[in-house]
Amino acid sequence: MARTRSVALVGVAGRTVEVEADVGNGLTGIHLIGLPDTALSEARDRVRSAVVNSHYPWPDARITVSLFPASLPKRGSQFDLAIAVAILGAAGVVPAERIADPVFLGELGLDGRIRPVRGVLPSVLGAAQHGEVTAVVPSGNAAEASLVPELKVVPVGHLRELVEWLRKGEEPPQPEAAEPAQQPQPETAGEVDLAEVVGQPVARRALEVCAAGGHNLWMLGPPGTGKTMLAERLPTLLPRLDLDHSLEVTAIHSVAGTLTSNAPMLSRPPFVSPHHTATTAAIIGGGSTVVRPGAVSLAHRGVLFMDEAPEFARHVLDALRQPLESGRVTVSRAAGSVTFPARFMLVLAANPCPCARAEDQTERCTCTPTVRRRYLGRLSGPLLDRIDMKATVARSSRRELLADRQFVETSETVAERVLLARDRAAKRLAGTPWRLNAEIPSAVLHSDYRPPAAAMQPMTSCLDSGTLTARGLDRVVRVAWTLADLAGKDSPGQEETHTALGFWLGVK
Amino acid sequence: MKPDSRLDLGRQGEQIAATYLERQGMTVIERNWRCRDGEIDILAEDGPHLVVVEVKTRSSRSHGTALESVRPAKLARLRMLATRWLATQPRTFETVRVDVVALERFAGDFALRHVRGVM
Repeated sequence: MARTRSVALVGVAGRTVEVEADVGNGLTGIHLIGLPDTALSEARDRVRSAVVNSHYPWPDARITVSLFPASLPKRGSQFDLAIAVAILGAAGVVPAERIADPVFLGELGLDGRIRPVRGVLPSVLGAAQHGEVTAVVPSGNAAEASLVPELKVVPVGHLRELVEWLRKGEEPPQPEAAEPAQQPQPETAGEVDLAEVVGQPVARRALEVCAAGGHNLWMLGPPGTGKTMLAERLPTLLPRLDLDHSLEVTAIHSVAGTLTSNAPMLSRPPFVSPHHTATTAAIIGGGSTVVRPGAVSLAHRGVLFMDEAPEFARHVLDALRQPLESGRVTVSRAAGSVTFPARFMLVLAANPCPCARAEDQTERCTCTPTVRRRYLGRLSGPLLDRIDMKATVARSSRRELLADRQFVETSETVAERVLLARDRAAKRLAGTPWRLNAEIPSAVLHSDYRPPAAAMQPMTSCLDSGTLTARGLDRVVRVAWTLADLAGKDSPGQEETHTALGFWLGVK
Repeated sequence: MKPDSRLDLGRQGEQIAATYLERQGMTVIERNWRCRDGEIDILAEDGPHLVVVEVKTRSSRSHGTALESVRPAKLARLRMLATRWLATQPRTFETVRVDVVALERFAGDFALRHVRGVM
């Protein structure tokens, strides 16, 4: 009888699982209990082959392996290593007291090789919370696991290597590359630059404000005017992620299985651009057995760009409302209910109508008014109410393109201004859980961050005439604060509120 | 390996198993009882219990151990055969037990394992 530990993932949270193995009398066989799924049930055959092929004796007796807590559904192959170690402990191959404390994670190959698994970072994060100090992980995941501070990581490549270490009781083999976290990562969007988008000064400005305050943006305009180009350049304006945000983002991507082993830590804000045929499950998260994060969670602390927004299914667009409001998303499935973080900047791009020739002098739009209204009507009112800024992107003439050339700025220049503005906001919001203007809740906005009465004047007239809702007012005030931060002012003046109101009303 | 040498190995194993069971204080009632549905290697009496014994002999471990080659389906059939045998008998027993005796040959000698009450 031997006991060891592993970690099961519930969403992006790790829960410690105790793995017990008992070698007893009865017919030869291995019985796995504790709600395993198919991949985990197959662990029986993988573990047996791996142990036999590593030349360790396989107990010729009845083996019972139990995963505790029994009521928590356990998925996937990351328990292989813990099961193998527990059985070897019960059979007396490795000392049972040496395996009781560490956490074991990894999938076994039939030859005893230890293969990398998904979700190592959130798993060891979960384990570290409960005070465990040593984690045995596949060497392929070592860099990812060593991102967690105050955790002893033991990377292993083969079952023999692990058993030898457990038998001898020496200091664990140290991870070779312990500092990939500090290693500068290549700029993910390094090839693109804001200076390439000529002729759209208003949209460029909107993008800058959006980056500085974390606001949502809607760009409306005919094709070929640079909506997609602009959106793709938004990540180049954003500062790198802080360490705690990096860990959050990396944990989500680890569960989704999108991390590469050479760059385990995501330090740039992610940019996620789902195709417009994406299902609700792909955007929000889902899956029948394992609940995986969707595009909104992959874009956590980054940008979710929805190109051709009206082409998305209506229920997909409306499903964005909950994460936009609360910054997280709850997915319920038969396997259980899981909450993923989903605080992202939403950027929508849309053509004015299906034929996409509207408002052009030379070509006439062939869409009927009903078709046009129905097309943009797919973006529901409640969704658009959550978009802080709307920018119309028009086709520019040759002269406009030439004239705008001298005004374009590089991403680097704009990113510096964005960083300064974000610092001002962070300083003002010090001591609160928020860092960006877009995150300030409505109540706090009105009590602590109310612009001077003179600055509020353009909004009061709009409220009186009914063109601005209460939620719209909050959005305008938040954008006005960001504009003040960009201008280096202590509080928004009438100029800022006018501009913010202009961005709010942007699309007619 | 020729077919008859395989039969020899099996018979040799059953002989060793029967001797072993007698030494354990059981009485062998019948050996190699056959009916239409199969064969019981050894039927023995252990106090008030009827013991149905499956003997499995292997010449080496190259194809897995002798013990693990006995599957639950085989044991279920033995249990069914036990009721057939009992139907032919006038006497009764308190319980019926299924045991496995697994033999493996190492360098001309045999290693024996006895698992009681597997079913």
